[in-house]
Amino acid sequence: MFWRRTDLPVDSDSLGRFLPGIVAFMVYLATLALAGVMILMEATTTWQAGLSSTMTVQIAPEADTGGGLPAAEDSRVQSALALLRRLPDVARADVVNDEAMTTLLEPWLGEFTAVEELPLPRLIDVELRNGAEIDALGLAELLTAEVPEATVDDHRVWLDRLARLARAVGGLAVIVLVVIGAITVTIVIFTTRTTLAIHRNAIEVLHLIGAHDAYVADQFARRALVLALKGGLVGLALAVSSLVGLAYLAARIESELVPDIAFGPLQWAAILVLPLVVAAIATLTARGTVMRALAKML
Amino acid sequence: MTFDANDSIVRFENVGLRYGLGPEVLQDITFELPPASFHFLLGPSGAGKSSLLRLMYLALKPSRGLISLFGRDIATTPRDDLPALRRRIGVVFQEFRLLNHLTTFDNVALPLRVAGIRESEIEKHVRELLAWVGLKDHVNARLPTLSGGQQQRVAIARAVITRPQLILADEPTGNVDDRMAMRLMHLFEELNKLGTTLLIATHNETIVRRLGHPRLHLEDGRFVDVDSDVSSSEEKTETTATRKAPKRSRSARFPAGSAHRQGTP
Repeated sequence: MFWRRTDLPVDSDSLGRFLPGIVAFMVYLATLALAGVMILMEATTTWQAGLSSTMTVQIAPEADTGGGLPAAEDSRVQSALALLRRLPDVARADVVNDEAMTTLLEPWLGEFTAVEELPLPRLIDVELRNGAEIDALGLAELLTAEVPEATVDDHRVWLDRLARLARAVGGLAVIVLVVIGAITVTIVIFTTRTTLAIHRNAIEVLHLIGAHDAYVADQFARRALVLALKGGLVGLALAVSSLVGLAYLAARIESELVPDIAFGPLQWAAILVLPLVVAAIATLTARGTVMRALAKML
Repeated sequence: MTFDANDSIVRFENVGLRYGLGPEVLQDITFELPPASFHFLLGPSGAGKSSLLRLMYLALKPSRGLISLFGRDIATTPRDDLPALRRRIGVVFQEFRLLNHLTTFDNVALPLRVAGIRESEIEKHVRELLAWVGLKDHVNARLPTLSGGQQQRVAIARAVITRPQLILADEPTGNVDDRMAMRLMHLFEELNKLGTTLLIATHNETIVRRLGHPRLHLEDGRFVDVDSDVSSSEEKTETTATRKAPKRSRSARFPAGSAHRQGTP
């Protein structure tokens, strides 16, 4: 049976001394990295869902004209409109008419009827189809190519940049997770080798009285599992308290942009599974290392 | 000695052994141990006795020559089959090689556990054997608390607990007085009567002379015919070989309390 007592000395070898600490540290880092990925993913979805499905295209007035041409006569406005209306994701694109402009400007300029006398930018109100995933940055580039004075006035533009940043950071966090796994494997290999050297006599005796390699390797694997689980739980506890502390700080900042650090059951499951994954890595690594070392014996 | 591969427990043919690039510590070793034979392995320190034993208990591969155990050529036996062969060999190591962190009981139980015997059976067998070697009161003792002689008996108990077909002992009486040495030798003789093949390396001339079993004499890594004893030992080998080993049933037990009886020769 796997859980049987061990024939090896269990105290004060390097496996017992170092493994729990290393695993605790690795689980701590891995949990924070994973939590970071999940918070970012959550945040980008929230930001995107929170946006209205409209945006505004703004076309600056030509410098040499005293006042703006009527929208219908401005070729730039017309070509921008034409471009926008050709796009499949655009449900509607309309020039904001002078009356609406007047209303918009009223709070700043007061009752002022000669809007067309002023060099005001032309605004195009764009409404997107429901659920359209438009690449705002790409659209802006497209428009500028056609009409150099056009700017897309949209949260999407910087949100897209933010989303790209978030994805990059998320990718980094995934790399961090992989690196943590690799470091755990390396450290477990070296600790197991040191421990093998310490237990050399006991292992040789087991070998010479007819133990199969698996008999010895399983004893190491069993110990590695128990030690790694202990360390993993400590690391998890530390990581969760750090996250709770962060959540508390984030809640106090009261900003729309600071994401909520509140996990759903799936995310909690992922966090709880982490120490188990690290423990499994440690166990299999220890077993493999011992098997390889024993294979060198006759 | 006759060569009959199917019969002998151990067979060496022109075996040589060197460590690394060093000189051969064993040269042209050719011999065989018939079933139920009892041999002493003699020779000065450094003659290669321990190396020879290490080859026999499969701790080392020979540099050349053929070794077969229980009729199986070691060189062609797959590595996975070697543990099964090792379980048929009981070894009393010169330096005991007991596990100091385990109790007397656990040390003796180790070969059974390694072989996957049920714990309930282990309990009975180990207690019986420990009583037989006079360690009834030290069953749960930590190894370092035992005297050298007691540890030696633990080592011997561990070697015989699985009722191996072949017992190899390297100076098994080195740490005990002559009285205890004789007692342990009688234990070995008892096992030999039950059909176990034994090879015992020793310096103890008194015991060798008293028991009169055939001798193998090593000097500088070779077997030598030192004196007339060898020819007589050859004869005795034959006798041992032809002596019918008593039928062993799996339920054969160590007679209870016989250790005490054997203590008074």
